[in-house]
Amino acid sequence: MALNGVLRPGLIQLKVLDLDQSLKHYTDVLGLNEVCRTSDGRVCLKGYDEFDHHSVVLRSAEEAGFDLAAFKVDSEETLDRLEVKTKAFGYKVEHISANTDQPGFGRRISFTICTGHTIQLYCEVEPAEQKPETMNPNIWTEPPRGMRCQRFDHMLLYGPNVAEAERFFTEVLGLYVPEICNTPDGKRFATWLTGSNKPHDIAFVEYAQPGKIHHVGFLLQDWNDIGNAADWMARYRIKRDIGPTRHAITRGQTIYFWDPSGNRNEVYAGGYTAYPDHPQRYWDVAEVGRGLFYYEGELIPSFLEIVT
Amino acid sequence: MEKQYKIQVLGTDQIFFCSQNESVLESMKYSGKGPIYRGCFGGGCGICKMKIVKGDYRIIKRMSHAHISEDEKKDNIVLVCCVEPRSDLIISKIKQEPHTSQ
Repeated sequence: MALNGVLRPGLIQLKVLDLDQSLKHYTDVLGLNEVCRTSDGRVCLKGYDEFDHHSVVLRSAEEAGFDLAAFKVDSEETLDRLEVKTKAFGYKVEHISANTDQPGFGRRISFTICTGHTIQLYCEVEPAEQKPETMNPNIWTEPPRGMRCQRFDHMLLYGPNVAEAERFFTEVLGLYVPEICNTPDGKRFATWLTGSNKPHDIAFVEYAQPGKIHHVGFLLQDWNDIGNAADWMARYRIKRDIGPTRHAITRGQTIYFWDPSGNRNEVYAGGYTAYPDHPQRYWDVAEVGRGLFYYEGELIPSFLEIVT
Repeated sequence: MEKQYKIQVLGTDQIFFCSQNESVLESMKYSGKGPIYRGCFGGGCGICKMKIVKGDYRIIKRMSHAHISEDEKKDNIVLVCCVEPRSDLIISKIKQEPHTSQ
């Protein structure tokens, strides 16, 4: 089955309390490249291994946290079709013209889902200037910097009614759900969704307050690079939440840490290959600690308490 | 050795020490004393919201307005991850909405 419809999460915009400090963190430490600045002072960044114009935007604000995330879809027809379905699902859709608040991005549709998060869809985006080679390509042109983050990989969002969020992402956007976690009364507590072979593109945890983000995840090449990332955190006294460790859920190798505004970052390597015809993996909430922190075998309080 | 200031948690016998180059949350965490042991250390998550009841301090980072209003700041209610002591301090917990998942 060829990948079609919703391809991947292509853009995330975060609020930061100090733009200069945050920019140093995401460029010097994580290794993202600055692409441009918008007229209203936001900074656009991308991973060295990404083709599209930019994938991470930092906005200076009075609060930290999540502004929006956007998913790339494969065609104009898909974008039109998903707009109709999103409206039928019950979410109000707004239109954002091409090349306005996100330089290089084509037209987007925008809506707020039940968890309080603004999600957008687009089908066109200009190629970046710095991007992977394609003619007899080297694996990189300039040596990757810092933690060597390759791309914006996924996000974990917190908000109310994640069961409906899961329904929206599956019934409307066509993602599938490799893993779930339920409370003993059968209610959805957490869900991991993907539109590709990645074990997750987006995940949700049930939380009373809307619109929160647990972390933005960046892909690293392998466990060795996870170790390099830990070296950087130690050297530069970056606040680390947990790791290097491994999730059983998605099997990703991981470190959670914080940016200078308290937004949690993840460097992530590995993870299994998901397929939509594979059986779903299920977690009891009593076991989810081990699912998240396989080596530690238990949940850490910050996982449920610290979000922005 | 840097000057260490004495930080006391109001209403308890918990005392820990904090130098002027570390945040109150950092020293509270490392000492193992005091009511708060974790946070984002970035002024963003709000979990370390406390009141500086007595003493001089410096705010070293911006604190999210989602958690600290201008009025609260004037009332010495701060995020202690964003505060370094400039004298001995007395700090106290304040009542706030629970920040836990369902």
